[in-house]
Amino acid sequence: MAAGGGIDPIHQFEIKPIVGLRPFGLDLSFTNASLLMVLIVAVISIIMIYGSSQRSVVPGRLQSLAEMIYEFVASTVTGVMGKEGMKFFPLVFSLFMFVLTANMLGMVPGSFTVTSHIVVTAAFAFLVIGTVLVYGIVKHGSHFFGLFVPSGVPGWLLPFMVLIEAVSFVSRPISLSLRLFGNMLAGHIALKVFGGFVVALLAAGGAATVIAPLPLLLAVALTALEFLVAFLQAYVFAILTCVYLNDALHPGH
Amino acid sequence: MDPVAAKYIGAGLASLGMGLAAIGVGTIFGNFLSGALRNPSAADGQFPRAFIGAALAEGLGIFAFVVALVLLFVV
Repeated sequence: MAAGGGIDPIHQFEIKPIVGLRPFGLDLSFTNASLLMVLIVAVISIIMIYGSSQRSVVPGRLQSLAEMIYEFVASTVTGVMGKEGMKFFPLVFSLFMFVLTANMLGMVPGSFTVTSHIVVTAAFAFLVIGTVLVYGIVKHGSHFFGLFVPSGVPGWLLPFMVLIEAVSFVSRPISLSLRLFGNMLAGHIALKVFGGFVVALLAAGGAATVIAPLPLLLAVALTALEFLVAFLQAYVFAILTCVYLNDALHPGH
Repeated sequence: MDPVAAKYIGAGLASLGMGLAAIGVGTIFGNFLSGALRNPSAADGQFPRAFIGAALAEGLGIFAFVVALVLLFVV
């Protein structure tokens, strides 16, 4: 790509091994992605464990942060699934916290965005859909497949509707993983490309140097937008998880 | 046609889908806002639904974006 004045916008997503481990021909190296994941879990643990260890009536900064996140996710879960949805709260909360922290740590310059790799987001999406399938079939048995049969549809239309519902169900893990992956990838590429414009304009010299601060200002604005997207995508991931789990809790239309 | 040129033209055409998804997202939030201004007390309860709709519409734009990326960097 020549777009960024010779700067490759894809280079930032490269996975580099830090500690090489290759037992039995398997690549189990500790990479920069693994390091970031360990860091993410450490950050979440510090916020939640220290935040909930004080338990004072007047919360401190860390405690109110932990309480705010808890209240926020709990209201989302009960809002979509109702009271009995709280049994899925640990899953939704873990997913939300991991995705949010991964997106936010990815915004630190020079760090690595774990969620910009489809293997990570696809693992989350298949975990969610796997939970929906296993819970739905164990809890409701064959009644779970009523999910694919909408009520109040004329008989001749029913096969098509079942087909459409089935296709929409199968495409859920794909769209759930691609949405998070695509948003994070696109945002970081856009930041890199605008940064590349600054370098290219400065390198061109002459009149081009005068307009070089313009893409820099845009890159600052884009960074603010990326922080919004980082939160929003974690929220969207959590709420769609709730919507899909709701199908397992209450199948049938 | 030169295959490299065809690749870049395809990526450009695929990125049109992102603009079309933007129309969808804009429609959802525009209608949400016009509804919210008429009945602000009911707006908070429908906020998650607006986001679900926007996320589903946006996902299709992301598909177009992934197609463009695959054409540019993988094919």
